[in-house]
Amino acid sequence: MQDSLAFIIAVAQIAAALALFNGVITTLGQSKIVVSAIEAIARQPEASGTVTSTMFIGLAMGETSGIYGLLIAIILLFANPLIPIYLNYIA
Amino acid sequence: MDINNKVLWIFDIFGVEVWITQTIFNTWITILLLIVLAVLIRVTMGGWKRVPSGLQGVAELLVEKFDNIVRNAAGEKFMSLGNWFFAAFAFILASNIVGIFGLRPPTADWATTFAFAAATFIMIQGMGIKHRKGKYLKSFFKPNVIFFPLNLIGELARPVSLSFRLFGNVLAGMILTSLIYSAPYYLRVLLPAAMHAYFDLFSGVIQTYIFCVLSLTFIGGAAEET
Repeated sequence: MQDSLAFIIAVAQIAAALALFNGVITTLGQSKIVVSAIEAIARQPEASGTVTSTMFIGLAMGETSGIYGLLIAIILLFANPLIPIYLNYIA
Repeated sequence: MDINNKVLWIFDIFGVEVWITQTIFNTWITILLLIVLAVLIRVTMGGWKRVPSGLQGVAELLVEKFDNIVRNAAGEKFMSLGNWFFAAFAFILASNIVGIFGLRPPTADWATTFAFAAATFIMIQGMGIKHRKGKYLKSFFKPNVIFFPLNLIGELARPVSLSFRLFGNVLAGMILTSLIYSAPYYLRVLLPAAMHAYFDLFSGVIQTYIFCVLSLTFIGGAAEET
């Protein structure tokens, strides 16, 4: 019984680490947004205010998938739904 | 390291258990701070003057800045929404910043952020129906009738993604800061100050701004003729 619980916890932690990997792709997308914004500002410095606020909204939109991965990792680590199921199963 | 939402007291009101959690208590502290600040500004300002000076100038500057945000994000039709969003902005900002004083930020609880996102959702639907009448309801069936479930899911995903964005950012900042606090002593010298400055101040301000601007953009988009 002890070994199965340890196995479930270990798999959950590995899964949490994998869920955080989508931060890599999110960061790549965000870097693209920032590069485009900097190019736009360099071309038209007088429009920097509008470009900056639009860039922040775009960054927030692109960040969403990264945040979802982070929340999945947090749920797996701190509020794992599998452990109560397992404890009910053996009881 | 404690990232769980502790239950402080449990009241029993007519057979219904009412849990006073850390989030609720810190929300009260935040509300109290905001009320005290507002009353202080109002009392020290005296009467309204035609030519603003001192605190009245600051207050007018803030309101004018926020009116500009509303005008740019949603449009001239929604200037009356600025009142609600200025209040929401002040509350979310204060509850993000309260983490500096060692309190658990109220926005690190999904209930708080989802309440604001649900208000935004109601406003999106209400403004869409008010300004576009039947055309808004028809837009759910837009390219074809088959797309109705897809449009519905897309509409329901808005409050979820709005609330998760704020919640995830604040919670991640809180977890990282509390990880540093439980680190060995040589990591606890200057790092916590930098963490607080970045996650509570910088990230808090940015996320509050983004929450308000995204809400306003959604509302403006729903009421816009396409």
